Amino acid sequence: MSIKKALLIDLTLCVGCNACQLACKEANHMPEPEKEEKSLSSTAYTALEEYDGVFVRRMCQHCEDPTCASVCPVGAFTKMPEGPVVYDVEKCIGCRYCMQACPFQVPRYEWSSTYPRIQKCVLCHERLAQDLPTACSEACPTGATKFGNRDELLKEAAERLTAEPDKYVQKIYGQKEVGGTSVLYISSVPFENLGFRTTLQNTPLPQLTWNALSKIPGIVTVGGAMLFGIWWITNRREEVREVEQNMKDTNHSNNGKN
Amino acid sequence: MKKFLTTFGFWKVIAVAIMLAGIYSTYIRFFHGLGAATNLTDQFPWGIWIGFDVLCGVGLAAGGFTLAAIVYIFNLKRFEPIIRPTILTAFLGYVLVIVGLMFDLGRPLQIWHAIIMWNPRSVMFEVAWCVMLYTTVLALEFSPVILEKFHLTKTIKLVKRISIPLIILGVLLSTLHQSSLGSLYLIVPDKMYPLWYSAYMPVFFYTSAIAAGCAMIIFESFLSSRAFKRGLELNLLSEIARVCVMMLGVYAVMKVVDLSDRKMLSLLIVPKFETYMYWLEVAIGVIVPFVLFSQRKIRQSPSGLFAGAVLVVVGFIMNRMNIAITGMEGWSGSTYVPSLTEFTITMMIVTTGFIAFYSIAKYFPVFTHEELRDENAPAHAAAAWKHDIESVSRMAEARN
Repeated sequence: MSIKKALLIDLTLCVGCNACQLACKEANHMPEPEKEEKSLSSTAYTALEEYDGVFVRRMCQHCEDPTCASVCPVGAFTKMPEGPVVYDVEKCIGCRYCMQACPFQVPRYEWSSTYPRIQKCVLCHERLAQDLPTACSEACPTGATKFGNRDELLKEAAERLTAEPDKYVQKIYGQKEVGGTSVLYISSVPFENLGFRTTLQNTPLPQLTWNALSKIPGIVTVGGAMLFGIWWITNRREEVREVEQNMKDTNHSNNGKN
Repeated sequence: MKKFLTTFGFWKVIAVAIMLAGIYSTYIRFFHGLGAATNLTDQFPWGIWIGFDVLCGVGLAAGGFTLAAIVYIFNLKRFEPIIRPTILTAFLGYVLVIVGLMFDLGRPLQIWHAIIMWNPRSVMFEVAWCVMLYTTVLALEFSPVILEKFHLTKTIKLVKRISIPLIILGVLLSTLHQSSLGSLYLIVPDKMYPLWYSAYMPVFFYTSAIAAGCAMIIFESFLSSRAFKRGLELNLLSEIARVCVMMLGVYAVMKVVDLSDRKMLSLLIVPKFETYMYWLEVAIGVIVPFVLFSQRKIRQSPSGLFAGAVLVVVGFIMNRMNIAITGMEGWSGSTYVPSLTEFTITMMIVTTGFIAFYSIAKYFPVFTHEELRDENAPAHAAAAWKHDIESVSRMAEARN
């Protein structure tokens, strides 16, 4: 059994040093940055946003049932068993439905390119394959971003919440949101004050469109049969009318002869 | 200048200007990228090319399958005089939707990927397939017009033989993807303003498309009657207006029930930009045309028909734009106004549609019932009516 990996981000430990972004850019072969990027972009898979002295690390949440993977018409996104949601640029047609649909508004686009790609964190899936942690968690000097098995990290997060109930908001963001994610947050400031979407439902979003899509076979078979039936009746009516008309005509002409 | 205008005609000058601007914008789009051409951002990735060119393009072409069903499935042959121009409108509509997509897609040359790279969980995948197949169906439905011109009788017979399965397939495909354009937005329950977001968006998209498709049949008939100086099939169009008003009624009732079910009726009186846009859309596209079309007198007057149809079409466009843009702005925390480049390309696509329709109608037998000139129109319509009524009464007789 492959083990589900995850990141636990403890916002109380983050000092805003931006080592995660630098390590991320290096690991993903991005150009050397001139200065810190303060929000996600097509050249920043992760970024630190500051809310009154609290640093919030933004990145792809790597949903358990990713919305992006469900909406992509050509299946360019895949959820790997270990957790990463990865993107295959060779398949992408550039419809940007993933950007429209992502509940966390994560995917970024190379707007200035004439052959653009979607850009987002891939949870260092190549490093994971070599049993290495993600570059960001390795670079984090304070342990604010911790890499590990998802179930173990969830346990640890719960322990931290119970150990210091006055310090932490009693919530693990990402445990249940849209069916759970591979990136988990704990914080001392209410999440809604830190730019987190706290109104998201706990069931995966793809279910919403599936409710509609799963009706297609029914519509096609019932609708097809109904349309054919209506046509058969109206067409038959016309045929009968023609035959009767002919009969009448022949009767008339016969009568005329007699 | 005045002389120049009269020689070339006002509309021709405008068309040429739009086309030139559009060609320049096309250059910007493909040689400098979406960033240079559009006002789209990471926060607002879909603009008017999706909201107008795709959502409205497909919706306004819904007259095609509606009328095909009326004429061939329900066998109401008296509507035949308007079937060809309607199918042509639908076909051009779909072709232009695909053209619009080529501008909007980041990697347009990859568009064929949907044929071999499947993701059945994706609404977009389903829409892509339906649009591909239905455009083919429309091309086949329209093909007799082209074949007639070149006297290819054998091929026409071949097409006619498969016409009923083809029509049924067309109605099914249309039902699927007209509603699926609404399903596309089911995935954004948090992002879309709750006046518009509803689990029943697929049903709303479907019914409103039929109403708008009917309005387009009326609208297009009026323009053609002017452009080609032919009569109006007034009786037929007023019946189409009746279908339209019925769909509007069903749509309005469903919308109200849905809002009250979701306990969102109170949103209708919140003083907000979204509320105003919602009311504007509903007033123009549903309430006023419903009042107009529900009166027989107005349905049978050319100006009443035309006014009602224009309102339905404008209201429909507002609805789709509200869903694609107004309803999505609040959550994204950004405002979107299309760039001049986006706008001119859309104008160019619409203008191309008008020119293509005019040219095809001019050189191919699209309007075959030419005898329907003003003076003869009532007599012919009456004859067709009589035929239909007779067949029904004979049916009744036969049953007795």
